[in-house]
Amino acid sequence: MSELIVRKISTIVEEIFHEGGPVSNVPLRRAAVLAVIKNPFAGKYVEDIQGFMDDLRPLGLKMAAKLVDAIGDAALVEGYGKGSLIGAGGELEHGALWHAPGGYAMRELIGGSKAIVPSSKKVGAVGARLDIPITHINASYVRSHFDSMEVGMNDSPRADEMLLALVMTTGPRIHSRSGGLESKDIIGKDGLK
Amino acid sequence: MSIEIRKTAVWVEETHQEMGKTINPATRKAVAVAVINNPFASQYKEDLSELMDAGAMLGGLLGEKCVQALGISPAQAEGYGKAAMVGENGELEHAAAILHPKLGAPLRKAVEKGAALVPSSKKMGGPGQPLDVPLGHKDAAYVRSHFDGIEVRLNDSPRANEIMVAVAVTDSGRPLPRVGGLKADEAIGKDGLK
Repeated sequence: MSELIVRKISTIVEEIFHEGGPVSNVPLRRAAVLAVIKNPFAGKYVEDIQGFMDDLRPLGLKMAAKLVDAIGDAALVEGYGKGSLIGAGGELEHGALWHAPGGYAMRELIGGSKAIVPSSKKVGAVGARLDIPITHINASYVRSHFDSMEVGMNDSPRADEMLLALVMTTGPRIHSRSGGLESKDIIGKDGLK
Repeated sequence: MSIEIRKTAVWVEETHQEMGKTINPATRKAVAVAVINNPFASQYKEDLSELMDAGAMLGGLLGEKCVQALGISPAQAEGYGKAAMVGENGELEHAAAILHPKLGAPLRKAVEKGAALVPSSKKMGGPGQPLDVPLGHKDAAYVRSHFDGIEVRLNDSPRANEIMVAVAVTDSGRPLPRVGGLKADEAIGKDGLK
C-alpha cells in the first residue's frame, strides 16, 4: 500500500455579489479545497493502482469537511464538482483514482445527494489551471446551477505530485436567467431531473 | 459613482511538507481579494480621494477576512502584504490611491500592531492575470524568515473597468527558513525595521 504524503492544502472561498446586474443580498458562495499530494506512481507504469483509492478516502473526508466549513453549513450546499491535476511525471489514469474517494466524501457530508458529481482531470505543469465543472447536487439537469470554478497553485503540481480538488457552491449563477429545469421543480429521484 | 464590491475571494494555503521534510505546525498564508468597480475608468481625474476612502474600507475588510480564515487572534498574525491590479481602462495611480494613503491603518488594526511598512506591489492587468503579493514581517521589516510572497488570480477579474485589491496575512514565515538574518524572536518591533 502506498503512503499518502500531503505537501499542501489550500482553501478558496469566493463570494459573488453581482456581475453587472442587480446586486444580491445573499452572495453566491463558491468554495474549493485543494490538496497537493505525492503521486506514488509517478515516473513508471504501474498496472494495479486501485488500492490507492482507499488511501485517498480519509483525505477526501478531511477535504470535504474543510469545504463544508468554508461554505458555512452542509445544508447550504446546492452544487458540487471535483477534479484532479496530475503532475507531468504521472498519467491521466492516476487522476481517475480521485472519482470514488472525492465524490463519496462530499456525498457523505452533504447527506445523500442524488446527482453524479461532475469532474475534470488533466496532466499539467506547475502553475497549470484546472476548470472544475459544477452541477446541482440532486438533479444534474438544473440549468441554473451549471457553473465552474478555476483552481490552481503556482507551485503545484510538481512532476511527482497530484493536485486533488473538491468544489461546492451555495446556489445558482448570480444572474441565472437561461431557463431549463429550475431547482424548485426537481423530482430528485434519479439524480437527473 | 459609488464604489461597489462585485466579488470577494479568500485563499488559505497550508504547507505540510517541503523537500520531503514535515512542516509541523504547517506554515499558513491567507490572501483576501475584493473586485471593485473603478469610478475613474477611461477618464483622468486629479482628485483620487474616492479611491483612497475605498482603500480604508478594504484594508479593514480584507485584513479581517484573512485573520478569520486563518482562525487566529489578530496578535497571532506574523506577516502581511498588499497589492492591486488595475483593469485596462484605469491607471496605475489608481492602485496607488487605494493602497498607500489609507489602507494601512485599518489593516494594522486587524492584525494588531504592525509597526513595519506593509510591502506592496501594483500593476495593470486583465482577467486571469496573476498578481504577486509581497510579504514581510508585520513588526520588523528585516526579519528574513518572513520575506515571502503569495500569488493570487481570478479568471474573471479585473475586467477593464475594475480594480482587484489583495491583502495577505500569514501566521508564520517560509517553511524551511535557513538563510540567516534577523530572527522573528529577536525582533524588537518598535521602529518597524529591527
